[in-house]
Amino acid sequence: MNDLGTIWVYLAQKPLLWLSLTVAVFWLAQQLYNRCGQWPLLNPVLLSMLALVSLLTLTHTPYDTYFDGAQFVHFLLGPTTVALAVPLYQYYGRLKRYWLPLLIALLVGSSTAVLSVWALSRLTGLSEVSLLSMLPKSITTPIAMGIAQEIGGLASLTAVLVILTGIVGAVTAPSLLKLVGIQDNAVKGFAIGLSSHGIGTARAIQIHTEMGAFAGLAMGLNGISTAILVPLCVSILL
Amino acid sequence: MLSAFAILLGLQLVGEIVVRALSLPIPGPVLGMLLLFIGFIWRGNIPDYLQQTSQSLLQHLSLFFVPAGVGVMVHIGLLQQEWLAIVITLLGSTWLALLVTAWVLQALLKRWEAKE
Repeated sequence: MNDLGTIWVYLAQKPLLWLSLTVAVFWLAQQLYNRCGQWPLLNPVLLSMLALVSLLTLTHTPYDTYFDGAQFVHFLLGPTTVALAVPLYQYYGRLKRYWLPLLIALLVGSSTAVLSVWALSRLTGLSEVSLLSMLPKSITTPIAMGIAQEIGGLASLTAVLVILTGIVGAVTAPSLLKLVGIQDNAVKGFAIGLSSHGIGTARAIQIHTEMGAFAGLAMGLNGISTAILVPLCVSILL
Repeated sequence: MLSAFAILLGLQLVGEIVVRALSLPIPGPVLGMLLLFIGFIWRGNIPDYLQQTSQSLLQHLSLFFVPAGVGVMVHIGLLQQEWLAIVITLLGSTWLALLVTAWVLQALLKRWEAKE
């Protein structure tokens, strides 16, 4: 019979271990979240991240080894983004009717997301590199990383800031919007998707399909709008 | 389910190819989403099999962000150096973008509906 050490060496080399752990940890986090009345701070993405980072640190496992296994879960982001067309089409009627208000809200919201980073960074004394990496924080990771590279930020830092922004949105946006008295699910969804991209959208889908549909739409549109706006702002402001 | 998966992956692939060929500033899957959306408009409805598979994938969208999120561990040092400025800027900007978008859209929709 093999001792535990040998079994660990075998498991550590295979993608199966971290793949299963990612799914299992997320399942547990979701159970906990549901048991505790979906308390926002127990957001399953946040809990799973904390649990997995702790596990990796304790076992001295590098992130690359972890990602070899977890990439199979990561990969599903692509086809699932394509699948966002389904809820979007379900609300096609509303979308067609309100295209102009949606377009104006997009331009105002997108500029707010970018310019407020610049303004707040002046107040907090954020370093230039962090500022450049944070400007595209409200949009989906692949576009944000591309923009950061173009303007001289650190693409890998951008990826982290994008994820943190998404978590802030997923955790706080539904309660914050309720607090200020926004009731329309389309409005809520659009604001969540615009400010906190896919992670916010994932949360919106769980609350209501219409909220999810408009979040997905705003996420896609803000990606395009931010890609044009950020390089423009950098050339004017910095 | 299999045919739905083939369509979703196929459109992602088409999206990736077009984005690269034309160097568009959007990710392949987002273009794939737009293509599928146009497909639904053209067809006039959503086929059942696509509806089912899409819904079960979308139900688990949060899970798919976990592997990238764990990447935070690589940057813990960088984040520690400037954590306060980062926290204030990130929270402030995310909340501002959220609220401004919601207020503007709500106000515009009210006017729009009143006009109709």
